[in-house]
Amino acid sequence: MIQIFGIPSQALFGQLLLGLINGSFYALLSLGLAVIFGMLNIINFTHGAQYMMGAFCAFLLLKYLGINYWAALVIVPIVIGILGILIERLFLRHVRKLDHLYGLILTFGLALIIEGLFRNYYGSSGQPYSPPPELTGGHNLGFMFLPNYRAWVIGFSLAVCLATWFAIERTRLGSYLRAATENPALVRAFGINVPRMVTLTYGFGVGLAALAGVMAAPIYNVSPQMGSDLIIVVFAVVVIGGMGSIMGAIVTGFMLGIVEGLTKVFFPEASNTVIFAIMIVVLLARPAGLFGRAA
Amino acid sequence: MRLAGIVTFAVAALLGAAAQAEDLNVKLGVLNDMSSLYADIGGQGSVIAAKMAVQDFNPAAHGMKVDVISADHLNKPDVGSNIARQWFDVEHVDAILDVPTSSVALAVNEVVREKNKVFLVSGAASSDLTGPKCSPNTIHWTYDTWMLANGTGKALVKSGGDTWFFITADYAFGHALERDTTAVVKANGGQVLGSVLAPLNTQDFSSFLLQAQASHAKIIGLANAGGDTDNAIKQGAEFGIAAGGQHFAGLLVFITDVEALGLKIAQGLVLTETWYWDMTDANRAWTKRWQVEKPGKFPAMTVAGVYSATLHYLKAVAALKSATDGKAVVAKMKEMPTDDPLFGKGYIRPDGRKIHPAYLFEVKSPEESKYPGDFYKLRATIPADEAFRPMKDDNCPLVTN
Repeated sequence: MIQIFGIPSQALFGQLLLGLINGSFYALLSLGLAVIFGMLNIINFTHGAQYMMGAFCAFLLLKYLGINYWAALVIVPIVIGILGILIERLFLRHVRKLDHLYGLILTFGLALIIEGLFRNYYGSSGQPYSPPPELTGGHNLGFMFLPNYRAWVIGFSLAVCLATWFAIERTRLGSYLRAATENPALVRAFGINVPRMVTLTYGFGVGLAALAGVMAAPIYNVSPQMGSDLIIVVFAVVVIGGMGSIMGAIVTGFMLGIVEGLTKVFFPEASNTVIFAIMIVVLLARPAGLFGRAA
Repeated sequence: MRLAGIVTFAVAALLGAAAQAEDLNVKLGVLNDMSSLYADIGGQGSVIAAKMAVQDFNPAAHGMKVDVISADHLNKPDVGSNIARQWFDVEHVDAILDVPTSSVALAVNEVVREKNKVFLVSGAASSDLTGPKCSPNTIHWTYDTWMLANGTGKALVKSGGDTWFFITADYAFGHALERDTTAVVKANGGQVLGSVLAPLNTQDFSSFLLQAQASHAKIIGLANAGGDTDNAIKQGAEFGIAAGGQHFAGLLVFITDVEALGLKIAQGLVLTETWYWDMTDANRAWTKRWQVEKPGKFPAMTVAGVYSATLHYLKAVAALKSATDGKAVVAKMKEMPTDDPLFGKGYIRPDGRKIHPAYLFEVKSPEESKYPGDFYKLRATIPADEAFRPMKDDNCPLVTN
């Protein structure tokens, strides 16, 4: 068997694939963050809590209404997206024109409150959620056993990421959005309802987090702190990719998933810090991030 | 006028002195994880248990007044030892209870020794607390890593699981559990093929599971706890660990983990505990009382341990009529045999180890479970004198000197 750095190549391919799967969560979450930051200039610290709410919402739908995974995949992002819209209307609207810090502190506080509420009702150990029966089992790829559910995660999140990128960078609606970020007054002069567009964009970003939450429910422990465990990493991903860069968020998400996966083979103890080491290096070399434009 | 003032002052002083003579004030501090992965095995549940113990002890009847306060150590040793210092210096706390997360417990252990107070450990697992780090101020109550290894580890090796691969939480507790289990596996003729250290609070275990799969070990030993164990087992089901002929050994699985996993995934898991809510009528009655504050939840053994330890501590303080000298209180606790509704009769060894039986359980299948919380069937009872590490293997300076 061929060995690379003392690791059988087969095992290495397996780890690469796994890294890619984790990367798809990073990509989905950082994409939502990048959209929100790019369009609203808000550093959305509630993102982790919204991801957690997505997973919990899927669990609650199944437990109390018998609604399965596939329906949850559609319903949950809408429900949590609407909650996001409420947050935007009630709170974020008022801090948007202020310094970033205000939005950051506001959303961070909201995240703590939401997490605390869930912990109060459901405890910290988590809730059970099984993968849909259609996607249980898996295939032996020769170099690893790939569960069907993971294959679905990678395919679906890639599709969602690319569709979002396309909608923002290549469609007319997306061009309105980007124009509204640059110069809201001018865009409004053309008869476009900018505040509503901003609200909907936030709702969409939050919906992406919730979608990631539903996708995570069958494989990760559905617990109130699942979001806060992940969100710091996702922020690092956004910073490395370049704040507000859509493509940057997607590519960096997948890339860092792979880097983390490889670290788990060569030096597992560092697997939860490697991303931050990369962040430091990137910030020193390219302060605007890999894909960001210097301000 | 001036006379009246003096009289009032004198009366007040007398009343104050009377009140002091009447009441021996004791303050207990429950220090644990209130907000993160170990909050359900202790957290507010332990605070409730401590308060129940105070209630059952009936301090007024012993001329005592007992207060219970609590704090969140965030699973950080520096935060934990800072709170402990503040509690002793400012709040005049007499004993610290619970303290899950071994790294924090080991830090608090030193502060308590320095301040000559009392430390009653229920949540933490590292057997070092009664080994090299043993202290005349500390009692390790509910369970420890040696007992877990000896229970689950031995049972699995004896039933044919003679090759092991460890996925270990990368901190004091995980290291201790892996070390203790490795010793048990080897002593019973098994062998350890490899291990991997996973950071605490890892979301995705698939890389580690893949390494475990590649090792072809019959048993994948999970030397971790809480959300880490849940994630590993949940993802193990997905990666077909059982289908490939390998089995998990959840070396530390609490009832709250079984609930989080669901019986469908957790069924068949073998685990060791020292207390299960559905074992005796006394346990069930106690659980019902506890559930008034925590509806729908089931207390873990660590919570029951806080109750039992608090009760015994208060008995010792009542016998001594003082809580100020921590060493004296602990010595008294060791001298008095323990007896409470939850753990029955037992005793505390000179090294600080509380001794009681341990139970080897198997998680029921969804069909076997008849009502909420009906999770375990008893596979074996490990008698008290075999459940914990013999003192001669402790390396505890208290015993050897």
